[in-house]
Amino acid sequence: MISLAGRDILHAWGKFVFTGIGLGLLIGVTLTMAGVYRGMVDDANVLLDNSGADLWVVQKDTQGPYAEASSLSDDSYRSILAMPGVARVANVTYLTMQVSAAGDGKAHDVRAMVVGVTPDGAGHPGQPGYLVQGRRLTRSHYEAVADVAAGFALGERIRIRRNIYTVVGLTRRMVSSGGDPMVFIPIKDAQEAQFLKDNDAILAQRARTAQSPALNRPGVPGLLDAVIASQSSNTSVNAVLVQIAPGASPDAVAEPIRRWKHLSVFTRAQMQSILIEKLIATAAKQIAMFLVILAIVSAAIVAFIIYTLTMGKIREIAVLKLIGTTNRTIAAMIMQQAVALGLIGFVVGKVAATFWAPVFPKYVLLESADALRGLAAVVVICILASVVAIRAALKVDPAEAIGG
Amino acid sequence: MKNFFSTHGKTLALASVVLVLVVLLGYVALRAGPLAPVPITVEAVQVKQIQPALFGIGTVEARVVHKIGPTVAGRIKRVDVQTGDTVKAGQVLGEMDAVDLDDKIAAQEATINRAQASVLAVEAQTQEVSARRAFAEQQYKRYALLLVSRSVSEEGASIKRQEFDIAQASWAAVQANLDASRQELVRARADRDGLLRQRANLRFVSPISGIVSRRDADPGTTAVAGQTVVEVIEHGSLWVSVRFDQQRAQGLAAQLPAHIVLRSRASEPLTGRVVRLEPHADAVTEEILAKVELALRPGAMPPIGELAEVTVSLPALQAGPVVPNASVQRVDGRLGVWLLDNEALRFVPIQTGATDLNGQVQILKGLTGGEQVVVYSHKALGANSRVTVVQQLPGAKP
Repeated sequence: MISLAGRDILHAWGKFVFTGIGLGLLIGVTLTMAGVYRGMVDDANVLLDNSGADLWVVQKDTQGPYAEASSLSDDSYRSILAMPGVARVANVTYLTMQVSAAGDGKAHDVRAMVVGVTPDGAGHPGQPGYLVQGRRLTRSHYEAVADVAAGFALGERIRIRRNIYTVVGLTRRMVSSGGDPMVFIPIKDAQEAQFLKDNDAILAQRARTAQSPALNRPGVPGLLDAVIASQSSNTSVNAVLVQIAPGASPDAVAEPIRRWKHLSVFTRAQMQSILIEKLIATAAKQIAMFLVILAIVSAAIVAFIIYTLTMGKIREIAVLKLIGTTNRTIAAMIMQQAVALGLIGFVVGKVAATFWAPVFPKYVLLESADALRGLAAVVVICILASVVAIRAALKVDPAEAIGG
Repeated sequence: MKNFFSTHGKTLALASVVLVLVVLLGYVALRAGPLAPVPITVEAVQVKQIQPALFGIGTVEARVVHKIGPTVAGRIKRVDVQTGDTVKAGQVLGEMDAVDLDDKIAAQEATINRAQASVLAVEAQTQEVSARRAFAEQQYKRYALLLVSRSVSEEGASIKRQEFDIAQASWAAVQANLDASRQELVRARADRDGLLRQRANLRFVSPISGIVSRRDADPGTTAVAGQTVVEVIEHGSLWVSVRFDQQRAQGLAAQLPAHIVLRSRASEPLTGRVVRLEPHADAVTEEILAKVELALRPGAMPPIGELAEVTVSLPALQAGPVVPNASVQRVDGRLGVWLLDNEALRFVPIQTGATDLNGQVQILKGLTGGEQVVVYSHKALGANSRVTVVQQLPGAKP
């Protein structure tokens, strides 16, 4: 049997292929937009995965450390470690800031989330998971493990506040909920970085303290020094990450800490809802809204293209009708063409999206499920559009083939 | 022929376009989707010695700091030295205002002079009384002899005896007077010496030969007791007060060699030696404190308080299986490494020992050496992950 659709496609294959590619690029954009949305949600999820924590202990009545500022004493971990069901704990600090390369010549700075972790605690909460190059932190000061997205190379020297750190390891997909690459530094340095003002501010603060008659009393030598020393030290961390013992329930471990340590504790599910439903909610909804509009527009364009393509062949269809072709055959031809066009478009779109996704500055996650959903949507839209076109085609008067 | 091309050419062209698309889709599905293998790098577990080292930071401090200042409240009269001056032991560095102390000393000098005069007067009196007593004794003895021969009356002899007794008493009184005057002189001298000592105490005297490291107050300033006016440290008596994280201070001991990098001289590392571990650790910052001696070139003294990075080398450990710390992961609560056995991944729990500063971890239990261990991975691994072994992961820069 001769495939009418196939013959028709062959007849104007260039036009067909190029229409398919055009359509495909549009589908590619839609898939990419879905990927951008998924990427945002994934950034929030990997932040939780990478922290390796089962529980987040933060300042009472705050939703820290990602969504809100939280500050608790760095020795809180001792009492948390003694709570039942707690296997491992680690202090952690988070600070989003500009990190610049300290190398000579090229000035390049990156917005990064500086994470303070205990050095060399492989497998401890808060630690970077898999590296792609280099090693973990081994010194308790002045070393950094950076995400490749930050663009730093192994051995490069970077500046955080007034200290210079050597990049000793690189990770991948270690990002904040906003998609900023993470830079891991030893916790003592991070505490300092979070609190330490620039030298001018310190100098001004010292002068201010020295002018206060209450703090600089002539009869009490050493008081001013003591006050200044206490002003320039920081013993706070943003959160204590907790890994629970095997078999323990996160809620059962969290409750006594909440009750007896007077701290807020979040389980993974709660933290996920804070991140996704509160922190990135508006931005994600913005993208999702755009995705919906783009999907509708794409669907409309696909439908119009199919319809116009069919209408462009209305004379040929009239001829077919004239020579006695059945309506069924004509309908099948139009539908097959529409679906073929949709499939080509989908393949081009999927391939294009896959190739241009890594070029995006933030993570674009192309999920297979999204691709399958997209495929189904494309096929359904093509079929629906072809139905409209078929109705128009079947209404055509065979006389048009001659009259025109 | 033309007809053939027009039909078959189109079919070929369309088929090739479809083929290209199918190949690309296949590539995309296998390389970018969930089916894509995870790139990893592997390394054989080596059996070798590692030399652990400890890293800490500290500040340059003087071993002995002499803080010199007044012991009583007062006003500073003069400060003779400036920061950085070299001073000798016993050198006067400054002085507090003596207020009325000099006048008191002058008054005391007058008192001494008066006491001396008084001693002289009493001595003269003693001579007079002594002469009178000698004469009275003579008379008394003579009258006693004359009484025996009845040449004088009993009454006359009694009078002479009484006169002698009185002279004797006068002599005792004047002796006591002399003693008192002499004691008075001693007291006045002692008082003066005390005042002179107090006067000397108002001077700031360097107890050692060294350099002036601080000059905290200028003449005219009122200072309270115990306040530092001048600080003196000994030449070349610097060391570094280093803080080591308690978790990472295993094996720290006195006499271990150390490398010291001063913040201002990062390009010239210095050598040193751990002098002692402080008996008290810092309970708040969870650090162990140690003092590290600096081997300094003469004349190249770093400023006190400068930050120094100190690396203490520990003795090499016995050879054992060693892996890079990047390969150690925690899976389901267990610490271990992923091994690549015949193209399949297997997680092996391990027990880790010491680590050196280059990130090499000694394995106490779980590995024997020679196993292929996964070091870097593009993604988190599972036992069923498809992997492909590469030399270098994407994103890593040579």
